[in-house]
Amino acid sequence: MAGCFTWIKADPMGIRIVPADAWIDPSRPVERALITHGHADHARGGHGTPLATAQTLAIMAVRYGVARGTQVAEYHDPIAIGGGVTATFLPAGHVLGSAQILLEHAGERVIITGDYKRSPDPTCAPFAVTPCDLFITEATFGLPVFRHPPIRDEITKLLAARAANQDRCVLVGAYALGKAQRLIAELRAAGWNEPIYLHGAMETMCRLYETLGIDLGDLRPVAGVPKAALAGAIVICPPSALNDRWSRRLPDPLTAMASGWMRVRQRVRQRGVELPLVISDHADWEELTSTICEVNPAEIWVTHGREEALLRWCELNQRKARALALTGYEDEDE
Amino acid sequence: MERFAGLLDSLLLTPSRNGKLELIASYLRETPDPDRGWALAALTGAIDFPVIKASTVRGLMADRVDPVLWSLSRDFVGDTAETASLLWPEPQAARNEPPPTLGEVVTILSRATRASAPIVLSSLLDQFDTAGRYALIKFATGALRIGISARLAKVAFAQAFGVPVDDVEEYWHGQQPPYSDLFAWAIGTAPAPRTDQLPLFRPFMLAHPLEDLTIDLTDYVAEWKWDGIRVQIVNVGGDTRVYSRGGDEISISFPEIAGALNIPAVLDGELLVRGTVQGGEAGGAASFNALQQRLGRKAVSKAMLNEAPAFVRLYDLLILDGEDLRELPWSERRRRLEGLMPQLDPERFDLSQIIAVKDMDALGEIRAVARDSAIEGVMLKHRQSPYVAGRRAGLWYKWKREPLLIDCVLMYAQRGSGKRSSFYSDFTFGCWNGDPDAGAELLPVGKAYFGFTDEELRFLDRHVRQHTVAKYGPVRETDRSLVFEVAFDSVHISKRHKSGVAMRFPRIHRIRQDKPAHEAERLETLRALIT
Repeated sequence: MAGCFTWIKADPMGIRIVPADAWIDPSRPVERALITHGHADHARGGHGTPLATAQTLAIMAVRYGVARGTQVAEYHDPIAIGGGVTATFLPAGHVLGSAQILLEHAGERVIITGDYKRSPDPTCAPFAVTPCDLFITEATFGLPVFRHPPIRDEITKLLAARAANQDRCVLVGAYALGKAQRLIAELRAAGWNEPIYLHGAMETMCRLYETLGIDLGDLRPVAGVPKAALAGAIVICPPSALNDRWSRRLPDPLTAMASGWMRVRQRVRQRGVELPLVISDHADWEELTSTICEVNPAEIWVTHGREEALLRWCELNQRKARALALTGYEDEDE
Repeated sequence: MERFAGLLDSLLLTPSRNGKLELIASYLRETPDPDRGWALAALTGAIDFPVIKASTVRGLMADRVDPVLWSLSRDFVGDTAETASLLWPEPQAARNEPPPTLGEVVTILSRATRASAPIVLSSLLDQFDTAGRYALIKFATGALRIGISARLAKVAFAQAFGVPVDDVEEYWHGQQPPYSDLFAWAIGTAPAPRTDQLPLFRPFMLAHPLEDLTIDLTDYVAEWKWDGIRVQIVNVGGDTRVYSRGGDEISISFPEIAGALNIPAVLDGELLVRGTVQGGEAGGAASFNALQQRLGRKAVSKAMLNEAPAFVRLYDLLILDGEDLRELPWSERRRRLEGLMPQLDPERFDLSQIIAVKDMDALGEIRAVARDSAIEGVMLKHRQSPYVAGRRAGLWYKWKREPLLIDCVLMYAQRGSGKRSSFYSDFTFGCWNGDPDAGAELLPVGKAYFGFTDEELRFLDRHVRQHTVAKYGPVRETDRSLVFEVAFDSVHISKRHKSGVAMRFPRIHRIRQDKPAHEAERLETLRALIT
C-alpha cells in the first residue's frame, strides 16, 4: 500500500489531510489546523480549533489571543483526528514546542518536519528521528554552501568582540522567538552572567519561555537604561531594529546578526552588520541530507526553501522526490 | 595570508570610505614586506598569475561538486571565489604547520605552469580555512571585486605613511609589485624613485560633471568633448608609448600613433578614427563605434590601417623636452601646445579647437547641437588650472549632451552579483517590431543594471518574482507588462542582436507603471536614431 499518499494534498496555502478535512500550517484561517511551531509564517491566527503542543499553543495565545477551542498534543502521543487518520507530534528541535507531525492512515506513515534542526539547543527537545514512508521536509538552507558551525564558536566570537569594545555595546539582531532565547541560554552556558538587555519586542517571548521553564538569567529591558550604563553590555533586538532609529539610544553599538544566512558575505553586507554570527535554527545542508538518509523514506517532498538543490541531491542519490510550491513561508530573518 | 583574508572581510563589511582607508592604511603600516606589497598589488589590480584563471577554480570544483549543485550555489552566493571557498571539502587531517604567508603564496603560484596550476592551487586550498580560501582564490585569479578602486588603495597608502597622494600616483607607474622602493621611500629609508627617464604613464586630469553649476566664461574656456577614448602619448629617449585612461598601454593596437611622435613630450588627447560623423566633414572623425572596431587588437592589418586610420585630437601638453609643464596654468600650456603643432605630423595629430562663445546661454545652444554633430558634449576648463591628477572641484567640468529617451518593455531579468546577489537587478528590455495590437513581437534592444534607486530595485525585484513566466537558470522571463523609460547616449547598428541595434550606455531612467506595454516604442523609432 505504501507509495500512494493520495490522502495528502499539497495546496499552495498548506498541506491538506483530505480524510480528516484538516490542514498543516495553513496560510489562511481554517476550521481544523495542525500547527508545527509558533513562528508567525506557520502559526497564523483565526483558526477554529488548532491542534499543537502546549508550548506552541501558549505562543499563539500570546500573539493572537486564545482561540475558540484548542487541543493539546503531547510529544509521542498518537491522536485520532478523524477520517481514520492518526497524528503524532514529535520533537523537531527548531524552537520551544516545535514538532514534526507523523500522520498514519491506510498503512502509510507520513512525516511533515515543519522547520527543524539537528544541532543541540538548550531551549527545546531534540529532533526525534522516526521512520516513515513519505518525508515532507523543509529546505531553508538547502544548498551545500550552508554549513552551520558549532554554536560555541559563534558565542566565543561574540564574547571576544564584546571584550575588545568595552566602550561600545554589542547589539545582536535575533529572531524574537527561538533564536533570541537560544542565544541567551548559550551565552549563560558560556559563563556570561551579566544582565542581558532586551528590545521591547523581545520581552514577551523571553518571559513566556521563562514561564515555560527555560531559565534565561538576568534579563532587563533597554528602555530607561542610561546610555552610558550600556557600554560593554550585550543587547538583543529583532533584526529589523538593528539599523533603526531605535538603536541611537545605544552607545556606538557594534552590530551583530545571528542567522544562518550570515555564512554568505553578501548577505552580511546587505544587513550592514559588523559581526556576522552563523547561528541557525534550521538544518544545514549536511543535516538535511543525513536526516533523509537516517529516516530513509520511500519518497520525499520538499516544502519550502532552496528546494531545487535538495531535489538534485535526491536525484543523485536515487531517492524519489518532488517539490511542493507552498507559499507564504518566510525565512529572511531566520 | 590570514591578515590579508581578515583585511578583505573587514573591507567588505565596512561601508564608509574613511573606514576602508583606515583599514588598508593600518594593514600597510603593520604588515611586513613583502606581504604588504603583494596585498597592495592585489588591491590595485596589479597582480596576475596568467596560468591561474577562474576556469582553473571551476575545474577544481567540477571534480568535487556536482555541476548542478555548483551552479545553484554559485547563483545564490553571487561570487565564484566565495562559493568555491564554502564548498571546498575540509581536509580530514588537522593542519599542523602554519599556512603559508602571502609572500610564500606568490612564490608558489609564480612557479606554477599551466599543467601544474590545478594541483598547486588545490594543495594551497587544503592549507586554509574558509576565509583564507576565499582570499587565496581572489588573490590568485587577480579579480578582487570588493569595491576598492586602485585610487582608494593609493590614497590609503599615502595616508598610512603621511606622504602626498599625488607623489604616490606619480611614482606608481614606474614600480613593480611588491613595491619595495615605494615602501622604502614612504617610510623615509630611501630617496624618491626617479621617473623622468622612463616612458611612464602620468595620471590623467579628469573633469567633474557640471550638474547645476553656472560658470563664468571669462575664467573658463569651452572645448568640444569628443567621443573617442582619452589617450596619453609619451616619448622619452626615442621610445614612444600610447596609454589609455587606466594607464594600460595600447601602443600595439595603434602603431600609426606610436610611430608618429618623435619629439620628447607627453601629450594628452582624444583618440579618434578618421570619418565625417563627429562634427561633419570639418570635424573629420568617425563615430565611437568605428573606433571600437580597432580597440583591443594585438595585430593590426594593413587594410584596417587604411580603412580606419586613427589620429589624436590634442587637448593638453604635460611635458616637453624634459620640462614638466603641469604646474603651469592651462593658458600657458595651451600656448606651448599650439607652438608645438607645426612640428607634429598633421595626419596623426590635430588640435582640439576652443569654442568661441561669450556666455553659458550661448554655450547651451551650441551644446544642444552636439547631438546632431555626434559629439559627446562640451568641456569647460579653468584658464588658470594646473594639470593635476584626478578630479578637482573648480578646475575642469564636463557638460554632456542630454541623453536620448525611449520607452521599452521589460522582457528578462537576471540576478546581480556582489551586493545585489539576491536581487533581480540586470534587466533586458525590448521594443515592438511592428504594431503590438496586430501581433507584433518584442525584440530585445538593450540591457541595463543601473539608473534606479534602492527602493525602485526592491520594487523591480518583487515585480520580476511575481511576473515570471519562465526560468532559464539565473534568468527569469517576465510577462510583458512593465514599461521602462530608458536613457542612452547613442544607438548603433549591431549584428549581434536580433533587433539589429545596440544602445550605448543605457540606464533605467524611470519606471513607467502608468504606461501600458503596447504603448512602448517600436523598433523603427530606435533605428531612426542610429549614428
